[in-house]
Amino acid sequence: MSDSNVARKERVIRVDALARVEGEGALCLSIRNGEVEAARLKIYEPPRFFEAFLRGRDFREVPDITARICGICPVAYQMSSCHALENALGVAGQIDPGIRTMRNLLYCGEWIESHVLHAFLLHLPDYLGYESAISMAQDHRPLVQRALKLKKLGNDIIAILAGRSVHPVGVCVGGFYSFPPADRWAGLLPALKAGLDDMCELTLFLAEKVEYPDFEQDYEFVALCPDNEYPMNLGPIASSKGFRVEQEEYLSVVEEKQAAYSTALQATVKGRGPYHVGPLARLNLNAARLHPRAAELLPKVCRAVGGGLPWRNSFLSLPARALETVHALALALDILESYAPPARSRVPVLPRAGAGAAATEAPRGVLWHRYETDQEGLVRSARIIPPTSQNQLQIEADLKKLAGESLHLDDEQLGLRCEHLIRNYDPCLSCSTHFLKLRVDRR
Amino acid sequence: MADAATRPGGAKPKLAVYKFSSCDGCQLSLLNLEDELLDLVGAVEVAYFLEARRQHLPPPYDLGLVEGSVSTPEEEQRLYQVRRDCRMLITIGACATSGGIQALRNWAEVEEFIRAVYPSPQHVRTLETATPIAAHVFVDFELRGCPVNKDQLLELIAATLTGRKPAIPTYSLCIECKRLGIPCRLVSAGQPCLGPVTQAGCGALCPGVNRACYGCFGPMELPNIESLGNWFQGLGYTPGQICRMLRNFNGYLEPFKQASDRYERLERSA
Repeated sequence: MSDSNVARKERVIRVDALARVEGEGALCLSIRNGEVEAARLKIYEPPRFFEAFLRGRDFREVPDITARICGICPVAYQMSSCHALENALGVAGQIDPGIRTMRNLLYCGEWIESHVLHAFLLHLPDYLGYESAISMAQDHRPLVQRALKLKKLGNDIIAILAGRSVHPVGVCVGGFYSFPPADRWAGLLPALKAGLDDMCELTLFLAEKVEYPDFEQDYEFVALCPDNEYPMNLGPIASSKGFRVEQEEYLSVVEEKQAAYSTALQATVKGRGPYHVGPLARLNLNAARLHPRAAELLPKVCRAVGGGLPWRNSFLSLPARALETVHALALALDILESYAPPARSRVPVLPRAGAGAAATEAPRGVLWHRYETDQEGLVRSARIIPPTSQNQLQIEADLKKLAGESLHLDDEQLGLRCEHLIRNYDPCLSCSTHFLKLRVDRR
Repeated sequence: MADAATRPGGAKPKLAVYKFSSCDGCQLSLLNLEDELLDLVGAVEVAYFLEARRQHLPPPYDLGLVEGSVSTPEEEQRLYQVRRDCRMLITIGACATSGGIQALRNWAEVEEFIRAVYPSPQHVRTLETATPIAAHVFVDFELRGCPVNKDQLLELIAATLTGRKPAIPTYSLCIECKRLGIPCRLVSAGQPCLGPVTQAGCGALCPGVNRACYGCFGPMELPNIESLGNWFQGLGYTPGQICRMLRNFNGYLEPFKQASDRYERLERSA
């Protein structure tokens, strides 16, 4: 059986509607004479033209509008647009430390909600042999219940701090419209403590009980790398292969191109090629700055998955995501245990003509925004580089390598293996439209 | 929740969830029902839900939930099949109900939008407009919100599957503020609050964080937008600014659309 698969001269494998990803995409593999000719991740998420209709909008409206690019990571869109506009309007230096702390708290909520959704409800079914968490729940109901409880903690943090978890309403350029009184958090604290302990256990479960495929790739990892904290909102952008630039200078090292088969633009490192953003990149570049609760788990996790950092296996994005969830829960708990509403919720921001860029770490990786404003504070131009369009060429390079190593599988199994790989990147197709059907062509 | 006993053979009702042009946030609201989700998937058969599962069962489905607006030729064709496959079809959220934020293209030249975003415009296939689902097929109920309120979503699914009228109010956001004892943003803070013309349902979230409502649940039943606009102008806002306030996540829904067009004309003649 497997030999006959390898011997087939031409194979075409297609998965026309990828499941358990956020958005719409397809995969197409063309195999000729036992070699993978092409592996394409086709994003057919309809274009929505955010960068076009942002022109002429008031800068104050931008965080609410860009949030609508993605319902799973609206906080990331709000944070990148706020930071970029604060640069453009000349107030970035005036943002109070208290506001910055609350922005990290908000981001903790989103990492928890998004990472747990992906790791346990969308990705883990691949490893435990289920088509979905719904089927998985029939045999592993307590596990799914634990995940749902953790996800809810993330959503609760965002909802208490900023009104609601999908498209929060509390964020503005300059800070927040207001902060909740300390007693609003009282009910959440015990649950957060218990959730942190539970997530530590689940991280060890994912490391010790789940078997990850052997796969290695010579990745260029790219992430924010601040000096004093694990990256979320701040820091220069650095690569595992050498570059380190200020956020404003990102386009001096990366560029975007458009493929005919995709509505997403595809990014590369200039002069080199594909690169990898997301939890694996952040962890490999910033492990020294993990919260102590996550750092103490790291050696055990490394032993269980068969090696120390850097991890060059994208399948290990699952334990990386788990460690980041521990980090986010622990950081949120630290912030909330000493919470008092900061003295002012926002700094005044006045319209002016300017230009500014900024990047923050969306759950899926670096999210870069740039805006130009006119003197009335209306947007003259907007540019957005989301994580999935940065990962797209890397996903295709991974698919090509993995498919080449898996030609003994029949078409269905080969397609499934490739889908698993795509989910390593937690691709967000809504975002990338600037994602996925699978097609495998063996010819 | 579902009255399974009334169905032939006691089968669970089949639920399908579809996505068109959108951000995924309204589908996510279903997954964000953490406390109720396992009971829900126990009461219904999740027959088609691409974001959550690989498996799908063949149509027909008892209830289809549609997220997103129609913005490509493929989507237009797919929607006709979706309507044929579902006994009841309900739109969830602003995109499916009003066209969503991407309906801003309806006031612009889409060719120019494509050139502004894509270096190779010839590879991008899209329609001139982004339109609500009901502009193309019959819709049984439209649930408002950008995003929907998950409790309203649960109420709607429960009501639909048991054959009763859903308890979804169509009055203005002001009622929610009064009920919650939130001071009026318009009167006491002098902010341009869209609450008086916006349908309730979010829980007065924006006034709750000291900001003016920006209308993400769309127009209430019979809104008096002109009166509110006069108030805004009294606060110093220009017709152009009022036009922009109305043209956001529900801008293409009729009362907001008509009023925004009027303010645009006013701005141009000024």
